[in-house]
Amino acid sequence: MTLALSGSEIASQIEEQFPRSVVESTADSLLVKAESLLEVAGYLKTTPGLDFDYLTAITAVDYFDFFEVIYQLTSLEHNHSLVIKARCYSRDNPVLPSVVGLWRGADFQEREIYDLFGISFKGHPNLKRIVLWEGFEGHPLRKDFL
Amino acid sequence: MEVEEVYSSSELDKKEGKAINELIARSQETIPDPDEWLDEEIKRNILLTSVDAILDWARRSSMWPVFCFPACCAFEFITTAASRFDISRFGMEIVRASPRQADLMITAGTLTWKMAPQVKRIYDQMAEPKWVIAMGACAISGGIFRSSYSVVPGYNRIIPVDVYVPGCPPRPEALLHGIRMLHKKIAKESLFGEGK
Repeated sequence: MTLALSGSEIASQIEEQFPRSVVESTADSLLVKAESLLEVAGYLKTTPGLDFDYLTAITAVDYFDFFEVIYQLTSLEHNHSLVIKARCYSRDNPVLPSVVGLWRGADFQEREIYDLFGISFKGHPNLKRIVLWEGFEGHPLRKDFL
Repeated sequence: MEVEEVYSSSELDKKEGKAINELIARSQETIPDPDEWLDEEIKRNILLTSVDAILDWARRSSMWPVFCFPACCAFEFITTAASRFDISRFGMEIVRASPRQADLMITAGTLTWKMAPQVKRIYDQMAEPKWVIAMGACAISGGIFRSSYSVVPGYNRIIPVDVYVPGCPPRPEALLHGIRMLHKKIAKESLFGEGK
């Protein structure tokens, strides 16, 4: 079975590499600053021993005060997994860096989050609606939709 | 990024979005169900009735459905078509992938606005005479998704419906009953009636 790595254990390694990039770490997940997301993700993908070569899923949650985007990473080589999260606090123009450059599988999922939550992914090569049609008003999975 | 050219142009998306929004704007009222045949019997004369009888018999005896199964009601249709319920008894076991060769649309499932232009196009491509059975709660009114932002609240927003079969999903017996009702309706149609 895939071994779920503890966020707190990885946190010290990440902190050492990128100081003040980790906001919070628990046994389940690792919350990183939005500015550091891309470099942390790149580090998790390329560092020997971690090798998170596969992005299982991206999803997002609207907590009213902020949007939280959750990345579930897996290493096919070591058969272990990790959950990292990032938050954006703006409701008018929430932006996060895109991870399509690291994992091509993020392409459609980031578009879906853009479509339904209105979060922009900076650096995405083709950021446009995927489920709803062009011209639809609003982002239906936001808590204040309707 | 070097992969950019594999993506479709956003112009195409805008065109699609515009078409959908225009369809929504056009589809705020329901299209009246075809019911001119109801009081038609009085107007018929004897000769035409005989011709009509043969034509209607031919039409209803081999209705070929077109593929239009966007959601879960499809499985009840498949069961209806399979050996136990067996719609080949009515000469309609051949479900056509081409709307040109079909004269019945069984709308088995929830329809979203994004899919609506395609369903309307399939209906428009079917040759006359053609009929529509709205199968299940979603097809009748949008069902439990009626108030959703993405669901068409009833197929009669975009195409005229002849028979409504309620259920979520309807059992094969209910669909068969609906088909029989459509047969009865076709039996009363006149080639030279006002409605045709």
